[in-house]
Amino acid sequence: MIAVIDYKAGNLTSVVKALHYLVARDVVVTQSPDVVRIADKVVLPGVGHFQATQLLTDLGLTEAVRESIAKGSWFLGICVGLQWLFEGSTEAEGTNGLGAFAGMCEHFPALYEGAELKSPHVGWNSLEQIKPDSRLLRGVADGSFVYFTHSWRAPLVAATAAVTNYGGAFTAAVERGNVMGVQFHPEKSADVGLRVFRNFVEL
Amino acid sequence: MLTKRIIACLDVRDGRVVKGVQFVDIVDAGDPAELAHRHAAAGADEIVLLDITATHEARGTLLETVRRAAARLFVPFTVGGGVRTADDAAAVFNAGADKVSINSAAIARPELIGEIGANFGAQAVIVAIDARRGTKGVEDAEVYVSGGRKPTGLRVVEWAREAESRGAGEILLTSMDTDGMRDGFDCELTAAVSEAVQIPVIASGGAGSAEHFADVFGRGKADAALAASIFHFGVTSSRELKAQLTSAGVSVRLPC
Repeated sequence: MIAVIDYKAGNLTSVVKALHYLVARDVVVTQSPDVVRIADKVVLPGVGHFQATQLLTDLGLTEAVRESIAKGSWFLGICVGLQWLFEGSTEAEGTNGLGAFAGMCEHFPALYEGAELKSPHVGWNSLEQIKPDSRLLRGVADGSFVYFTHSWRAPLVAATAAVTNYGGAFTAAVERGNVMGVQFHPEKSADVGLRVFRNFVEL
Repeated sequence: MLTKRIIACLDVRDGRVVKGVQFVDIVDAGDPAELAHRHAAAGADEIVLLDITATHEARGTLLETVRRAAARLFVPFTVGGGVRTADDAAAVFNAGADKVSINSAAIARPELIGEIGANFGAQAVIVAIDARRGTKGVEDAEVYVSGGRKPTGLRVVEWAREAESRGAGEILLTSMDTDGMRDGFDCELTAAVSEAVQIPVIASGGAGSAEHFADVFGRGKADAALAASIFHFGVTSSRELKAQLTSAGVSVRLPC
């Protein structure tokens, strides 16, 4: 069973629709820590403000995710869901992330190499330096385009599985064992995005 | 690198895609769901569906059309027309849209921009501006509402700035002067808006050739460009257009 966590951070419809398209059954949208504990895969979508992730802790979902990961269930964070895997975000100081990866998420710089940098970063950008052993990105070639929409970004870490360049390099995908995250939106990234979802549901 | 987006727009009236010239002289161009899929398969980076008569006739957005179009669409999907309240927006999102485009309702009550953003994120709110130049050109370009029927007295650049400050995620700027003429975008007006705001600006109105797109991405400083009629009637597909843009040195998503 795939549990898609609903913590009122934006619209889940597209994510659920894409998962249904690929697996047709066993996709449950939930706020229940108990459902998260028994799921063999957990998806944490999310667009909007990092502050929304506070609800995960308030509802007991943070603890449930921690337990679920510890017992080996697969986890995929999308957009803010990836950012939540880090220690936190300057977007909402005082709201802790899961801390699976080190570092804070930060806003894009206003200036990069002397030129003004627009934010949010919206549109199709390429995945680079894809780790050959990434299970999530299996079959996805360097330079493949995916759809982003965000103003905060995660730092580069040892577990970074792909980078994207916009005002410098940031973590577009992260993966360590059963813990995975993508800053882009697989549900909106056409064939490349469906490939990423398929890789995840087939784990 | 971040690519320039090519957006295919479906203007819908009474459940059918239509296309007009300067907002009038409407002709039929097909079924919205079928055209949305065809455009996505032909390389469009996004799909926009505008219910062009919703505001005028005071009826809700065609949710069933949205649902059908969204069912197997895995690129960003924007819906506009008839979204007047945060509840209207929620219904459109639940039907499968990723973003809503608001126009008349945002002018009538600018708080709406922030209200939708509070629940669905700023990235989900596009403020659409229908613009017509005045006697001084770009400087006194004015915002129109109700499908281009009513002038508002608002200056385009000022309204774009206010929309941004109220939490719009993107601006969709349509030039009524160039719309449907296939004679090129209003690059001067697009550049003026793009320089005034930090958020992405989608240029619309006047697409006729690859040169027009290259021009609005360059001189017009647009982040994305939208077109309708040149795709519907098979003049060109997004894929052909992108091949031509790549040759012209514009960065676009390929293969697609």
